[in-house]
Amino acid sequence: MAEDAHDPPAAEVPDGGVIDNPWASLRAYTDARIGLGRAGISLPTAPLLAFQLAHAQAKDAVHTALDTEALTRQLAGLAHPLAQTAPLLLATQAGDRATYLQRPDLGRRLDEPSRERLAEAHGAAPADLALVLADGLSARAVAAWAVPVIDALCTALAAAGPDWRLAPVCLVRQGRVAIGDEVGERLQARAVVVFIGERPGLSSPDSLGLYLTWAPRPGVTDAERNCISNVRRGGLAPAAAGRRLAYLLGEARRRELSGVQLKDRSAADPDEGPPRPGNFLAP
Amino acid sequence: MLAKYRYVLGDRTYRFVNLAQVMAKASPARAGDRLAGVIADSAEERAVAQHVLADVPLQTFLDEALIPYEADEVTRLILDDHDAAAFAPIRHLTVGGLRNWLLGDEATPARLAALRPGLTPEMVAAVSKLMRNQDLILVARKCRVTSAFRNTLGLPGRLATRLQPNHPTDEATGIAASVLDGLLYGNGDAVIGINPATDNLAQTLHLLQLLDEIIQRYEIPTQSCVLAHVSTTVEAIAKGAPVDLVFQSIGGTEATNRSFGVTLADLAEAREAALGLRRGSVGDNVMYFETGQGSSLSADAHHGLDQQTCEARAYAVARKFEPLLVNTVVGFIGPEYLFDGREIIRAGLEDHFCGKLLGLPMGCDVCYTNHAEADQNDMDNLLTLLGVAGCNYIMGIPGSDDVMLNYQTTSFHDALYLRRTLGLRPAPEFEQWLARLQIFEDVQGPRLPGAVPAAFARPLARLHESRGDG
Repeated sequence: MAEDAHDPPAAEVPDGGVIDNPWASLRAYTDARIGLGRAGISLPTAPLLAFQLAHAQAKDAVHTALDTEALTRQLAGLAHPLAQTAPLLLATQAGDRATYLQRPDLGRRLDEPSRERLAEAHGAAPADLALVLADGLSARAVAAWAVPVIDALCTALAAAGPDWRLAPVCLVRQGRVAIGDEVGERLQARAVVVFIGERPGLSSPDSLGLYLTWAPRPGVTDAERNCISNVRRGGLAPAAAGRRLAYLLGEARRRELSGVQLKDRSAADPDEGPPRPGNFLAP
Repeated sequence: MLAKYRYVLGDRTYRFVNLAQVMAKASPARAGDRLAGVIADSAEERAVAQHVLADVPLQTFLDEALIPYEADEVTRLILDDHDAAAFAPIRHLTVGGLRNWLLGDEATPARLAALRPGLTPEMVAAVSKLMRNQDLILVARKCRVTSAFRNTLGLPGRLATRLQPNHPTDEATGIAASVLDGLLYGNGDAVIGINPATDNLAQTLHLLQLLDEIIQRYEIPTQSCVLAHVSTTVEAIAKGAPVDLVFQSIGGTEATNRSFGVTLADLAEAREAALGLRRGSVGDNVMYFETGQGSSLSADAHHGLDQQTCEARAYAVARKFEPLLVNTVVGFIGPEYLFDGREIIRAGLEDHFCGKLLGLPMGCDVCYTNHAEADQNDMDNLLTLLGVAGCNYIMGIPGSDDVMLNYQTTSFHDALYLRRTLGLRPAPEFEQWLARLQIFEDVQGPRLPGAVPAAFARPLARLHESRGDG
């Protein structure tokens, strides 16, 4: 300590002495948190706080409950026949978030009241397609993107023909992807699509995934599903996702299968942005 | 059923049907064992199981395979490769006695190294269940495991980092930007390793080329790796690609490895192919393995074992192939297996201890996902504890945020924190390179210069000119 007393007084700088990184401009090429600068060898205050905010948003996304009333209003506003039937409110056997996070098995099974509700609802006529909206790990993703995707999907399905008989939309609390298997089977649907919040990243707290399964029934493996992921701002646009989903559904109905045997051959979206310099470190 | 393992506590008799159940119930509590239904029913039952486990003779682990020899090639590997001569100094001990022996002054680094072929993963997992965190740290610190390829990793007083420049679309400019960021923060001696967003041959060849060009251009004494499936890497080798290390995720049962699409024979074949390239300059450890508690249960391949015992068995697979790097990706799997920071920290220390005691060059991906009950403070705790324990390497990523895999791991800054607080230095060959290129102006500190070192100022200036903002 005695030696420290002989250090000259530290220079007065407004930000406390952050050393910026001259390569911070490379952030134009990646979302990675590069060029953050340093305070000594540590993270400066500004990027520390930015990280904490992003983590807070991702945590909140995991723990926010599915707002079924808002989703019901959104669905009712669609200009499709689908809007005329109120959605079914369902829940899994994972009664709360803590249980949901630790018991993946319970998030794949409906609770008894939900099973009764489905039995009353499906009536005599089997449906071609059931749409299931489940919170997954980000209710925020479902709230933001599910209904816009459904809008684009319904438009594309109507344009492509033949008609799809749609079951009432199901809103599932504490649901995992495989919950669509039980819902689809109980509705006697030929296909199910599960709209579900993906595991949130720091830069993507609201990313939606779409899982298509032909002939849903409990016990289906992931190899029998088709997935469209990363539906969000900065990812796949909802309109494009809806069109791609309509294409996959058409192919699934034609070939009566889904999964690895059903490749997505819809036109790839053009690469956005200007050409990039590539490996500039070793050009 | 006749209970072989029983314990009388007051007027209550606890019974355990087999060794696997004793092990599972003796394990510190965690979500995955609860999910599997193998966890102790009460805190008292756990403590009782630990008493029972402490009295089990080590010889029992050679006589009673937890997964039958006939049913599992990992069991066969463990028992066939067991070295009775190396085991001799501890063969008279129980699990509880082994804990005392490991902590004792007689257990020097040299004696611990000689013991390795005599230990099975199950013995090591068992003793870890009786150990407190400080025991796991103290004994691991005595276990010195070095490995080498273009530099030497695991020397005392050293800490290396894997530079992990992942990008959501494997785009070359974005990857190069993260590589530059990491190198200028002194990271990348363990490996510059990319998790490809798309696991196919074309992408792997492209990324291998990219990393090799950077390593050659700047004469960096380190190695590259594209963490594709082992079969993809073998194909890349056949195509003449510059493969330094062969990566594979592995688990502790044959069925877990099958779920990863790999057998022991596949790993042996891949290692031979990589050795044939003779690309190492100071050593020939060519394998890079990743593991993590919960993978066996996740694949429904755990045979009723607890997840930490499955994990330790994965280390028997790893050590067969003399890897350069092994790391436990401890918090990646999610809260179904490790619920919160407390469980992640415990698991990280267990894995590091078990791996080191078995002779592996252990690193740890000190990490968590956003649906686990964990945060940066938990990671600071585990990082610091592993630094004290002598962990060979950690991950380094820009600002802790993996924008491809959507999880948080240690940052380039975090490695500098650990180096400065604990006086840990990079791998010696890499340290010389950092000094020569003036990336560190004081290697011991470490202290970094404000300006961009000359070797990297040129490509940056060229890039800015091409953008018209130079």
